[in-house]
Amino acid sequence: MEPSHYMLYLAAFLFCTGLVIVIVKRNAIMVLLGIELMLNASNLNLVAFNQWHSQALAGHVFALFVIIVAVCEAAVGLAIVVRVYRYFHSSAPDEIAELKG
Amino acid sequence: MNVPEFLFFFFTLLAAVTAVAIVFSKNVFKSALFLLCCLLSIAALYVLSFAEFLAVTQILIYAGGILVIIIFGIMLTTRISGKPLVVQNTNIVSGIIAGAGLLIVLVRYLPSVKPVSNNPALSAESIGVIGLTVFTGYSLPFEIAGLLLLIALVGAAVITSHLKSKA
Repeated sequence: MEPSHYMLYLAAFLFCTGLVIVIVKRNAIMVLLGIELMLNASNLNLVAFNQWHSQALAGHVFALFVIIVAVCEAAVGLAIVVRVYRYFHSSAPDEIAELKG
Repeated sequence: MNVPEFLFFFFTLLAAVTAVAIVFSKNVFKSALFLLCCLLSIAALYVLSFAEFLAVTQILIYAGGILVIIIFGIMLTTRISGKPLVVQNTNIVSGIIAGAGLLIVLVRYLPSVKPVSNNPALSAESIGVIGLTVFTGYSLPFEIAGLLLLIALVGAAVITSHLKSKA
């Protein structure tokens, strides 16, 4: 097995860890941390696959755009978390059930 | 085992261990620091797989930008109440089932992934190639990404502002 295969396994592991964090933690900021971890796992996949087609570099460019979108997501997500905390005095996603039918 | 291989496995192990530490940590601030460690070891893996530009971007944006935003968020959502930063866990069984199930499926099918064409890795001029690629073939997505960043900036500022709506 070559190193890029180990990177694929690491990316799968990190993605699943991020998924567990998103589901398990009772804090909106921890959920955002988990999402960042999942996005990084996808970037790791892109870099690993780009090693097999290293003439094109499309994987690196796409990972760059993924990082840009992750920045936007983190900024807007944390703004929403701060706003929700000011309104409900809680940052646990389960306790905020205003829209629940 | 030569030095690059040893570094590769060291940083792989470090990324995996710190990711697991985020799951078991009860403190949000410590989790953010574990995530910083994980992101930096991923940047080291980028360097070891000849993606230097991406590694620098990772360090600048994640370690310098997103982690600072997250720590600001932690400060803004805990200072008001004065409560400690302890985070409880919920949905433990379903979380473990979802994560372990996805991991089993991925690990089951990953060995069947084969390299299509095993080219030699690029040399040190890959940064110049990335610059040419971004500003010629991907110039429209680049502009759209800039617009997206502007919209996110304005949106984050508006969401957190104290202005009352007129309606």
